[in-house]
Amino acid sequence: MTTYVLRRLLLMLPVAFLVTVGVFLLIHLSRGDPALVLLGEDRSPQAIAAIHHELGLDQPLYVQYGIWLGRLARGDLGRSVITHQTVSDAILERLPATLELGVVALLWSLLVAIPLGTIAAVRRGSVADHLATGFTVGGVSVPNFFIGIVLIFVLSVSLHLFPFGGYVPLTRDPYESLRHVLLPAIALGTAGAAINMRFTRSSMIEVLNHDFIRTARAKGASWRRVVFAHALKNALIPVVTVVGLQIGGIIEGAIVTETVFTWPGVGRLAVESIFDRDYTVVQGIVLLAAFSYMFANLLVDLVYGWLDPRISYA
Amino acid sequence: MSNAPALVAAAEPTLRGRIDPVELLRRYPRVALSAGLVALLFLVALLAPIISPHDPLAVEPDNAYLKPFTSGHVLGTDELGRDLLSRIIWGARVSLPVAFVAVGVGLVAGGLIGLVSGYKGGLTDLLLMRLIDALLAFPALILAIGIVAGLGPSLTNAMIAIGIVGIPVYARLVRAQTLQLRQMEFVTATRSLGAKPLRLVLGHIVPNLLNPVLVQVSLSAGFAILAEATLSFLGLGAQVPTPDWGQMINAGARFLSNDPWLAIAPGLGISISVYSFNLLGDALRDALDPRLRS
Repeated sequence: MTTYVLRRLLLMLPVAFLVTVGVFLLIHLSRGDPALVLLGEDRSPQAIAAIHHELGLDQPLYVQYGIWLGRLARGDLGRSVITHQTVSDAILERLPATLELGVVALLWSLLVAIPLGTIAAVRRGSVADHLATGFTVGGVSVPNFFIGIVLIFVLSVSLHLFPFGGYVPLTRDPYESLRHVLLPAIALGTAGAAINMRFTRSSMIEVLNHDFIRTARAKGASWRRVVFAHALKNALIPVVTVVGLQIGGIIEGAIVTETVFTWPGVGRLAVESIFDRDYTVVQGIVLLAAFSYMFANLLVDLVYGWLDPRISYA
Repeated sequence: MSNAPALVAAAEPTLRGRIDPVELLRRYPRVALSAGLVALLFLVALLAPIISPHDPLAVEPDNAYLKPFTSGHVLGTDELGRDLLSRIIWGARVSLPVAFVAVGVGLVAGGLIGLVSGYKGGLTDLLLMRLIDALLAFPALILAIGIVAGLGPSLTNAMIAIGIVGIPVYARLVRAQTLQLRQMEFVTATRSLGAKPLRLVLGHIVPNLLNPVLVQVSLSAGFAILAEATLSFLGLGAQVPTPDWGQMINAGARFLSNDPWLAIAPGLGISISVYSFNLLGDALRDALDPRLRS
């Protein structure tokens, strides 16, 4: 197991290196010059040159990359050219809101996916199965920002049941926090629910055909017991893989949802920074998203082996 | 937690060789239904100049905020008095070409990388796959947003970004299939008869890749429409006054309390289009999966 983890981490190194090169080049070759953003009206060549010197932009590209990578290794993602706050502080400030949204969205997706997927598998071919299968295609076809807008229109604007934006920290008022997070979480989690439901259904169908299920039935166990005590536990193993990747991709989904619901998270920070041409912040967020996705992949592989001991790490 | 996983799909085994399209449509009603929906979308996009009741860009301030079904405006008008139905019909003319160019970029670049990697193997395979791993390390939408942020917001750059995001999916798919095909007896036999690598690849491997690639193309088209709409919604894709669905939702969301259809109608346009392509991909995968066929 340890050898496997070390080997995987070693294999991640060249990929991580390429990711850093990609992010660095992407942002440095971009059209926006941070000096122009910082200077405003005073755009004399001398002032531009001074800012370039201050930010190290007058150095050759490989030197800039080397300096940037060195800082990155020490956890220094640079400073925002607009607010002068360190990028790591800006991200950490917004991260709790994004994590809260991501966790509630994930819970919502599992609450929908597991019961629906199980019913669809147990009653294969029934109306419920057809409806649930339709949802698996429909759920990934409707953009999450559109789901968000429909939810705002129906539940906030028309029925006044939920607030239509803003964020209340969980630590300040748990009830209000939940009321504020529910709509964006449903918008964000619906696509995940469709994907998880699809995996739960197909995995459950496969497990229900196994000999041990037939044996349990032959020994007189009720369907309810067979499904919940024997089949479901085994059927959820592949779902773990998808859920793990969804956790790694929380920032990705949050970008749009946070914009719709004016949610002060990392996703909204990314969009604001793009429009402000604050590329140091964009760079930091893209890197964070890529690395959390890579580590989620690794963790999923490890957890998968732990859940299913038949999987060999050799 | 986004719609992005819809991008990765055709890992299931698919039948190889030539499939009769008429037979496919006749035997599989889901394929016929979804193909019909996709054909209808193309028809709407193609005939937009004829079937669109008004000029989608014509600003008529006197006609602003007309409710649906009033004075010749079936879906009403927006804040500038532009006919909403016409803008939605012309929106298909923006979304579909963007999706297909983006899928084309991913297919050609990813397919070539996958073919070379799978056929050559060794160091070439190792290096190319690390490059693909690096692209796969980014969540799809983050990569697209990162690229557009770098290149600058525009429809063309959104198209390039979505295309690049699709490269690893096709590279992985084509590589895996090529690795399998390379070992097959008919390929070994053709090689032993003296066939040159290019002829072997183009004449024997590529034709056998078409079915799984076809499934992936329709799923990627759905993803591309969704991604383009998302980028335009965020202001990173199509710019005003282009009649783009994502950008129309963004503009319409500001008038949600009084004129909700301004956001809801284009949202339905996106959802129906993406659903049609996803349904087609799903139905084709089921129809071409030899395990389900048997």
